[in-house]
Formats: sequence, structure tokens, C-alpha cells
Amino acid sequence: MSSSFSASERQRYRRHLQLTEIGEAGQQRLRAARVLVVGAGGLGCPILQYLAAAGVGTLGLADADKVELTNLPRQVLYGPDDVGQLKVEAAARALKRLNELNTYNLHPIRVNPENVRELVAGYDVVVDGSDNFPTRYLLNDACVSLGRPLVSGAIYKFEGQVSVFNYEDGPTYRCLFPEPPSAAEAPDCNTTGVLNVLPGLIGTVQATEALKVVLGLGDVLSGRLWILDTLSFQSRTLRFRRDDVQSQISLDTANPADYFDVSCAPAPASLSAAELRQQLAAAEPPLLLDVRGPLEFQRRHLPGALLLPLPELAARAAEVPRSRPIVVYCQSGVRSAQAVTLLQGLGYANVQTLSGGLEEF
Amino acid sequence: MNLTVALFGIAREIVGQSSLTLTAPAGQSAAGLLADLRTQYPALAGLRSLAVAVNNEYAAADVALHERDEIALIPPVSGG
Repeated sequence: MSSSFSASERQRYRRHLQLTEIGEAGQQRLRAARVLVVGAGGLGCPILQYLAAAGVGTLGLADADKVELTNLPRQVLYGPDDVGQLKVEAAARALKRLNELNTYNLHPIRVNPENVRELVAGYDVVVDGSDNFPTRYLLNDACVSLGRPLVSGAIYKFEGQVSVFNYEDGPTYRCLFPEPPSAAEAPDCNTTGVLNVLPGLIGTVQATEALKVVLGLGDVLSGRLWILDTLSFQSRTLRFRRDDVQSQISLDTANPADYFDVSCAPAPASLSAAELRQQLAAAEPPLLLDVRGPLEFQRRHLPGALLLPLPELAARAAEVPRSRPIVVYCQSGVRSAQAVTLLQGLGYANVQTLSGGLEEF
Repeated sequence: MNLTVALFGIAREIVGQSSLTLTAPAGQSAAGLLADLRTQYPALAGLRSLAVAVNNEYAAADVALHERDEIALIPPVSGG
């Protein structure tokens, strides 16, 4: 078979070319492959390093963040000079030094429901190194919509999980974890500690699976979740099946609230008790939305308030009119702030939380 | 019967240890075990997605448990 590789490329990739399972045909597949890596953080760094060095011809880097000092121990593509710079730019510089032959597409964006379809459509395989549940569900649903395999990895403290979803009609993320965790059960966005080497372990396993998917090599980790606990040094592989309902959920059929991170959003607009009293006395008072439970509502509520408990809000948001300004309240202001963030994410523009809640009203 | 349950992710944080040994009625289902644990550890009830694995297989709610089964509670994790 004639080769389109130069002598220097043949030398560079010799160890792959020597494997009969890869050889020239496989190396050409790698060069022709377009792989999107979402998140250029702890997982993204090793994924990108190994895929770039392997000669994956087109690598997409999607991350809106800038390098921070706190990233350096585990995001090993970056050094102190990169602090303050866009991760995708700093990463691309390091990757070009590793392998100048690939094309690096930089996407300095936070993946969201508006941009995900176009982004994913430009690639054959998606590797998830993101750091939050909404992005994980969004990427899963986009991969279902567009028929792309999703090489997923995630870490927590000393533990990691890897699986390949939506691979050749295999199960999806939702077959394993049908319900997106609520804000309350997701650990704080940036405050959970992590052993620095953990994303290196998990990210290199993701890179391995991404290469296997591209090369059609071995048994891809589809329908299996690999779990590593570094503390006990135990790993296990959980088998799971495709669920007929969950595996069908795509961008078009998912609940939009699944893509919205209540815990990591900026502080919602708020007003004080005095300001609310003023507004209620005006000619066109705002709609009051009570997001407490029915029992709390029964005990005391503001006249005319609509009751919609926070846990049901995402599913029942259609009951909240978009035509009027809205003031959300609860007992102390915690749940209502979450509700406002959620509603804002669903496109409600004029919505505020009563600061201090009923206790201060 | 006695069951040992390995815990991962935030389930481990909630219970405060990496595994639990508990006594369950013979023929207890995976869903029944989860319900008991949620009574014992109310914070577990707040976890919307919590996979139960029995002998390294994703267990449907009605799967019956046996004394020597290897059981694990696996929540999704999200860090990157």
C-alpha cells in the first residue's frame, strides 16, 4: 500500500505503524479524524496532549475559561506565564509544540444549547472533559441528535468514571443517570478539592477510548462504566443497558432546564421587602411566585401569589406567564434565588428574588 | 441477610464511609434497599440519579438481592 506519509512522519509515528492493529491505514484514519474536546482543564489537558501527539489530524478545543494559578497543579499544559490567558490559546501553543502537523480549531466559548449543534456537527467524535452536569447532559443530547459517539470522563476528589456513550447504538449517559442532579446535590463548582494526578489518570483513559473509537480497535467501553477509586486502588466496571426511552432523549426532546446550572450562575437580581411593598402598591404590581412547599404556603403566603414549589419549577415553568414582571419569594431567600436563576436561564427577563424572603417581609 | 454496600462519590460523603454493612429481609429488592438507605440517611433521598449496581451490573428496581451480592451505590460525578 502506498503511503501519503512523509519520511519524517513515518519516523514520528513508527511505533504506531509497527502495530499491525494500527499500521498505515490506522495512522491515516487518525490523521483524517476530527475530534472535539470539550473542556481544556484537568481532563482536557491529558486528552489533548495524547490525541495531538498521536496525530489526530483535526482537534477542536472548546473552553471559555482563562488559566488560573489554581489550575497549574493538574492542568499540565499550562505554566505560570499562561495565567490570565485563554485556555484554548495557551493549550494550542503547547500542542503545536508537541505536534505541528495537526489542525487545532479554537472555540473559546461556553457550550450552550444555542451553539452546541453547530459545534458538534463539525466533528466525528466528542470527548467530554467538562466540569458540570448541565454541559454533560447537553453534550449527551447533542451527540444523540447528531449521531456522534461521546467519550465521557468525570472526576470527584479521589474517584473517576469513564464510559463511551452513544457508540454504535449503545446506551447513552441518560440510560445510566436518567435524572440530572439538582443544584443541591452537585458539589460547589470550584470548591471541591481533587487529587492533582486524578484527571491525568482518567483523561488518559478517555484518550485511549477516543483512539479506539477512531481506529475501530478492540472493545470500546460502551455499555460499561469504568470506576476508579484511587484511595482503595480498586476499580470496577459496571455493565448497563440501553434504555428505550432515555436513549431517545435529544436536543429536541430534553427539558431545557437540564442544561441550566443553577449552582454556578451569577447572583440573581433581587429586591428588598420595602421595594416590593412599593411595587405591590403600584398600578401594575408584579406577579408573585411562591416557590416553597404547599404546607408552608398554607401557613402564610402573600395575597395573590402563585404557588410553584422549587423542585417542580423546571418541569412546570410553562405555567409562569412571560408577559408580567415576576417577584419570586420563599421563606428566607435561598430557594427563590435558585428559582430566579433557573427562570432567567429559561429566558425570563424581568424576574427578581425577594431578598430575605418572607421572614423579612 | 447481611448486605455490604460499596459507596461512591457524594453517597460516600453522605454516609461518611466507603462501605456499609446492613441487615435486610431475605429477597429484598434493589429499590427496597435504596428506600431503606434513604430513610436511614435522608440526604441520600436528595440524589435524583443514583445507580445501584449488583455484581457489577446496573440493577433494575425489582432485582432481588442475595447475601453474597456485591452491591454498590454509584452517583454521577461531574468534575473535570
